Amino acid sequence: MSDPAILQVQNLTRVYKSGQHDLTVLDDVSFSVAAGSTCSIVGPSGSGKTTLLSLCAGLDRPTRGTVTLNGVELERLDEDERASVRNQSVGFVFQTFQLIPTLSALENVMVPLELNGNRNASGLAASLLDRVGLGGRLHHYPAQLSGGEQQRVALARAFINRPAILFCDEPTGNLDGETGEKVTDLIFELNSAHNTTLIMVTHNLELARKTSRILRLKGGRVEADEEVNITN
Amino acid sequence: MNWILKMAWRESRGSKKRLVLFLSCIVFGVAALVAINSFGSNLEEAMDEQAKSLLGADLVVEGRMPFNDRVEALIDSIGGSQSRETLFSSMVMFPKTQDTRLVRVRAIEEGFPFYGILETRPASAASDFRAANGALVDQSLMRRFGLTVEDEIRIGETTFPIAGEIINIPGESITAGLIGPTVFIPFSAAENTNLLHRGSQVWYNVYIALEDRHADIDQLTKSIEPVLDNNRASFDTVEERKEGLDRTFSNLTSFMNLVGFIALLLGGIGVASSIHVYIRQRITTIAILHCVGARIQQTFGIYLTQVFFLGLLGSILGCLLGVGIQFLLPALFSDLLPVEISYSVSFTAIFQGLLLGTGVALLFTLSPLLSIRSISPLLTLRSAYEPSGLHKYGSLQLLTYGLIAAGILAFSVHQTGDWSDGLGFAAGIFAAFGLLRLSAWLMVMSLRTYFPKSWTYVWRQGLANLYRPNNQTVTMVLSIGLGAFLISTLFLIQNLLLDQVELSRGENQANVILFDIQDDQLEGIGETVRSFGSPVIQQVPIVTMRLSKIEGRTLESLRDSEERRIPGWIYSREMRSTYRDTLSPGEKIVGGSWTGSYEEEDGDIPISVEQGVAETLELNIGDEIEFNVQGFPISGKVGSFREVNWQQVQPNFIFVFPRGVLEAAPKFHVLVTRTEETETKDAMQTAIVQNYPNVSVIDLDLILATIDDILNRASYIIRFMALFSIITGLIVLTGAVMTSRFQRIKESVLLKTIGASRKQVLKIMVIEYLFLGVLSAATGLILSLIATWMLAFFIFEIAFVPDFTPVAVTLVVVTLLTVLTGLANSRGVYNRPGLNILRE
Repeated sequence: MSDPAILQVQNLTRVYKSGQHDLTVLDDVSFSVAAGSTCSIVGPSGSGKTTLLSLCAGLDRPTRGTVTLNGVELERLDEDERASVRNQSVGFVFQTFQLIPTLSALENVMVPLELNGNRNASGLAASLLDRVGLGGRLHHYPAQLSGGEQQRVALARAFINRPAILFCDEPTGNLDGETGEKVTDLIFELNSAHNTTLIMVTHNLELARKTSRILRLKGGRVEADEEVNITN
Repeated sequence: MNWILKMAWRESRGSKKRLVLFLSCIVFGVAALVAINSFGSNLEEAMDEQAKSLLGADLVVEGRMPFNDRVEALIDSIGGSQSRETLFSSMVMFPKTQDTRLVRVRAIEEGFPFYGILETRPASAASDFRAANGALVDQSLMRRFGLTVEDEIRIGETTFPIAGEIINIPGESITAGLIGPTVFIPFSAAENTNLLHRGSQVWYNVYIALEDRHADIDQLTKSIEPVLDNNRASFDTVEERKEGLDRTFSNLTSFMNLVGFIALLLGGIGVASSIHVYIRQRITTIAILHCVGARIQQTFGIYLTQVFFLGLLGSILGCLLGVGIQFLLPALFSDLLPVEISYSVSFTAIFQGLLLGTGVALLFTLSPLLSIRSISPLLTLRSAYEPSGLHKYGSLQLLTYGLIAAGILAFSVHQTGDWSDGLGFAAGIFAAFGLLRLSAWLMVMSLRTYFPKSWTYVWRQGLANLYRPNNQTVTMVLSIGLGAFLISTLFLIQNLLLDQVELSRGENQANVILFDIQDDQLEGIGETVRSFGSPVIQQVPIVTMRLSKIEGRTLESLRDSEERRIPGWIYSREMRSTYRDTLSPGEKIVGGSWTGSYEEEDGDIPISVEQGVAETLELNIGDEIEFNVQGFPISGKVGSFREVNWQQVQPNFIFVFPRGVLEAAPKFHVLVTRTEETETKDAMQTAIVQNYPNVSVIDLDLILATIDDILNRASYIIRFMALFSIITGLIVLTGAVMTSRFQRIKESVLLKTIGASRKQVLKIMVIEYLFLGVLSAATGLILSLIATWMLAFFIFEIAFVPDFTPVAVTLVVVTLLTVLTGLANSRGVYNRPGLNILRE
């Protein structure tokens, strides 16, 4: 029996106003993702990948359609309720790392837990940073870290609240090949360890093939939905 | 809450420079308010403690004529220790230098002051001068004429040895001495001067220290008031004197508080601008926090907490600075204060400073903080999406502006203690801020619409900087413009008032007035004046009288029945009236008809009444009025109403009789003349005082110089207060320049990369600041001209002829200051390494 769907997308459409015209970036997209699975969203620039990711994570509201994340229909929620869902169920890894520059590595990782009032955030964050190889750089600020290190901090932050689902947006896009590979390995390692569902937007087909499923977008529609045989 | 506090602290670590600027914006405004309020509180305490020394007694009974038996009996019945005084104005002469001067002569019995100390040099002179039949002379006179103790002073027909110089009279400020220097002589010596003749302005006072020091003065005054009233005498108590001074100084401290408040408001604008840019720079951080699950209230709370603590810290620093400045203020006010001030920290002032500083910081930053609500977490994925989201003016934004307006209004009303004055001040602030903002907007719009495309690149770039994204034009125009507005208005008003006095110094205007000339002295004095080459410009007979009845009813009965409003001064004052057949220059008939001469067969005597007093007394043409002319009743009818230009340097009168009525009444004369040379004037005064000791000489040039001196002292205080606004303005300006510093660096590096020279980059910045400085200062100056005109027209009721010298000087100085501040804060912009900046 397959795992129940953690993410259900129904007839999702997103239209932006562009001057006098409407621009349909996502057009009637439907799919679902099973809990614990891994999935890549690929497609050319402007195909709607990032828009789809933002809607799935509750960062934006669709024009039409619904997103059900971990059993919660996001469209029914206001901004603060969606923030709460993200805090409890979602982790993020961005292409540009998106660390808070005024916080140290440790403090950046602690934020999601602290928002919940967790008093042990510091210990958990330190151990997670140690796990991603940054045990000696806990008190460094983002500007004092390399790109790879910053992405590892972002990864630690994404996993600190044990999310049900991890959204990655071009996680290796700003890294050189070798560092990118190390970060990729770390994502999959942590994902597997925490049994987290992984949704990854990428241009990198090699990286996409590391996930069990690839959704190909084109012109705002799902062009293909492929299962991948993972060999490694 | 704990997390919000933690995040507020963490977030502040990387922004020290900006936060220091934030603090500085608040510090000076709070400092000004704390200093003034603390000083005001010290002054109030000092006046409470030294209240009795303000009067020198518990009670003073006063009259303009020797007391009659009824009043004398009443004074005797009060008992206690008493000290009598005869006070009059007279010319004095110093035989050593032959200099003359109009002074207040106080012939006083032993005992005064019962409270406080009459300070003299030598100290023993205060008590010994009576025994030596000597005089105590005001120290300003001693210094001015180079006199020493044991020189002599001639008053009327008596010469007194100078026993000492007066350092301080209880209840009198040094400035009071500038207006009318005092000379004390023994009480019994007053008669010997032969100056107390009929028609002279003499005050008869009895200072009383009650036996029972805790007696109920209110009850006592209530019991003596009716008798004194009915016998044309009055009284003064410590409480009344204190109330008057309280009112004066509370007005002064309120005014200074309002000037200080402007500095705080300016700081508020600086803080708002600083937070606006700060939040723009934190958009990504806020978006990340929203993305990882922070609620809007939580992110809003982080920055609100920062503002609160920074506002509080700025206010604490402001309070500390204010307490320091408080110690400077007594020195600034020393000449104006009637009491000795002791320093103590006023915790009420500090609390108010903390409340106002923090309140202004919170109120002014609410608007930029509210924009946090519109920062979407989507910005973490798409930085181009909703790039700012910061310009949404919802109902909360409007509510914020409403709160700011209400706060300003509440403070203004609280300070002025009057709704209409408070509203006027608040409206003035809104108008000034609104017009400055409007002019900034107009400048930006005009530059966009009419951009001078044909100008050289350097000029075009300098101008374009004024409306580029994230420009600080509005903030800079507000801070520079408001500073220029304040300074210029202060100068213009001071010059305006001085010009009014200056008018009397114009060509062919009188500058010497001789008073108290008796009938038999008139010819001789006229000859003396002419012998010095001076013309007799005007010669006016003066008859002293009291208004006794209107329409057959005595003033007492009219006042008691409250049928007519009879001001106290009309009731108690001996009025000086004249008779003549023509109107004076500056007079105009505005009702009824002028009658220049009268004969018995004409019937009722037509009397001309000054328009303002006629309105106060509700007089109509034809109303019967009766005067008590030194014991003889003379009645007539209101024949005309006159408009009188009181600023005309000449004897002006409320009541003017036609010729043919008062010629036989006891009278004295006033002679008006003009002398060009100071030496001639001094020699003429000496000749007159030597030959006619009863005649008083008023030197208008001396009065002008005194007013000039007093205005300078007052404006010094006001300028001191304006300094706070100017410093705050400079800080806001610095903040605005530093805010756009990174953008400037980036631009200059780009320009450098594509070949611009250091000189060109510098020139672009100079042009930008030059335009900002000129436009902001010009706007502030235009506003100040409008404000001064309004003050001249509505408050001082005088014509406003602007003096453009201070305006031009302010324009140049403010513009230079703007360019220098701009360049000082842009130092090193050109020298920054290119690659790092371009990669950022």
